[in-house]
Amino acid sequence: MMDLLDLSPEEWTAVRLSLKVATFAMLASLPVGIAVAYLLARGRFPGKSILNGIVLLPLILPPVVTGYLLLLSFGRRGPIGAFLYEHFGIVFSFRWTGAALACAVMAFPLLVRSIRLSIEAVDRRLEDAAGTLGANPFWVFLFVTLPLILPGIIAGMILCFAKAMGEFGATITFVSNIPGETQTLPSAIYTFTQIPGGEAGAMRLTVVSIIIAMGALVVSELLARRVGQSAWVE
Amino acid sequence: MSLNVDITHRLGSFLLEARFVSDGRLTAFFGRSGSGKTTLVNIIAGVVRPDRGRIVLDERPLVDTERGIFVPRYRRRVGYVFQEGRLFPHLTVRQNLLFGRWFTPKAERTIGLEQVLDLLGIGHLLDRRPGALSGGEKQRVAIGRALLTSPRLLLLDEPLASLDDTRKEDILPFIERLRDEAQVPIVYVSHSLSEVARLATTVVAIADGRITAVGAPTDVLGRADVISRQGVTEAGALIEAIVDAHDPSFGLTTLRSAAGALQAPRLDLPPGTPVRVRIRARDVMIASARPDGLSALNVLPGNVAALDGAGEGAVDVVLDCGGVRLVARLTRKSVDALALAPGRDVYAVIKSVAFDRDALGRAPKFADRSAADAAAHDGRR
Repeated sequence: MMDLLDLSPEEWTAVRLSLKVATFAMLASLPVGIAVAYLLARGRFPGKSILNGIVLLPLILPPVVTGYLLLLSFGRRGPIGAFLYEHFGIVFSFRWTGAALACAVMAFPLLVRSIRLSIEAVDRRLEDAAGTLGANPFWVFLFVTLPLILPGIIAGMILCFAKAMGEFGATITFVSNIPGETQTLPSAIYTFTQIPGGEAGAMRLTVVSIIIAMGALVVSELLARRVGQSAWVE
Repeated sequence: MSLNVDITHRLGSFLLEARFVSDGRLTAFFGRSGSGKTTLVNIIAGVVRPDRGRIVLDERPLVDTERGIFVPRYRRRVGYVFQEGRLFPHLTVRQNLLFGRWFTPKAERTIGLEQVLDLLGIGHLLDRRPGALSGGEKQRVAIGRALLTSPRLLLLDEPLASLDDTRKEDILPFIERLRDEAQVPIVYVSHSLSEVARLATTVVAIADGRITAVGAPTDVLGRADVISRQGVTEAGALIEAIVDAHDPSFGLTTLRSAAGALQAPRLDLPPGTPVRVRIRARDVMIASARPDGLSALNVLPGNVAALDGAGEGAVDVVLDCGGVRLVARLTRKSVDALALAPGRDVYAVIKSVAFDRDALGRAPKFADRSAADAAAHDGRR
């Protein structure tokens, strides 16, 4: 059993990189996710169904297609990629940041959906009540809406993190499989399965994947329970 | 305080047209459910924007569609206690109470936490969550939360509707204290005649989206035409009196009123306390001469002011007893037998046990009431 966790430095690198990419993807997409979920839950504007469709698209498209679209638009010669590089010096292609972007895009529908459902479940009469108590719309959101949707946000973050940890197709298409830069856990496992004698390495990383997944699940349960205890049950 | 309302608002096929002025300390919106009371309160609070019209609170316009004024709810300083309380489930009672205070500028805070805890008796609940409160406790916390914003007007929308009778009896004294001690004018919405009779200094009667009467409770609640539109089958009269003496051996309390002395079931209020008594029309008998050998304890001399038909075979006889209106519901047969006609001197006979207990309560302090009555007269003109 201990052998199974005796990872080589390269394998540790892949694990660390995966955690970094997933964490980054989750945190960076959270504010955008909350804003888009709020728009979809409460907003009334033309093109709402189009926005909804764009958000959900990565869920339905083959991951390779999403990765290829990212490569076309965010690659160094893509319209967005070129603009970001020229003006801000930001590069996505073949960097870990690109892996994070691919993971974030793939996990975004899950994040938004979870938060949107919890916003729709909020009792708007509580927000009206907060308004009559002198809170302007911003404070109402911060002190009433946000705490009430916290379980939905946590659930969305966990889903997002899990999806980012497991993302493979879009990542490998967009940023390839470079050890130390873009080789995440799934890519590393895939590489091991492609070379003779790689079964032991693949097995070790598989065990690590299971441990991380279980850990995320336990953390989410604990968080949900704490939030549940400190709140509602009206 | 003066509240000046003149608005029109359409909700589907329902049309609300309300126009009145009130300067009462507790203005009761009295009407059956669906009459438009809650919509009117929502408009005053700024939760609903009216189609047309204006609302002015103490010279300050809250809404004026002609001048394009709509003060958002969070700038109105109008406290609103909702029917269902609407406490924030994720906050403790203390946090709920202080929520609005946080948004109230320091210079405008007129009431402190200690004062509110004391007034409403909720000091022991501070660390609980709303989920762990009873219905009556929730309503008191909701009232406290609104009070702590130091509002310029406090709206109470049927705060007792979701409570059972015992709980109501627990809360009514708090609302009476609020009316008499807190320096905040109140709008109280209710469909309950006994609540309105007990609490109001001014009554605004609403039926089918229209104001049917505005004035002092003794005037408005005695009018059969107003009362019958409220779905109250029991016409009656509201009498203001003062506790005179207690008779513990018989469990009775003597009340002094302009109509004469009244014996009522024992009230736990000290002598000198002003009270209101509602006497239902069906509990009043009429005698053409002072009766003798009668079990009823209250015999009041008066004369017939008017006869109102009250449906099949019944007549409401309106009496004037020393300036106090009383209503007696009799059969047409009895009216004929006694040859009752306006101007005729008669005696009203009331059984002490017939007093409407729910409507028996501490009346607003006299000094202010006369002012409220005068104001109500202005409002009617």
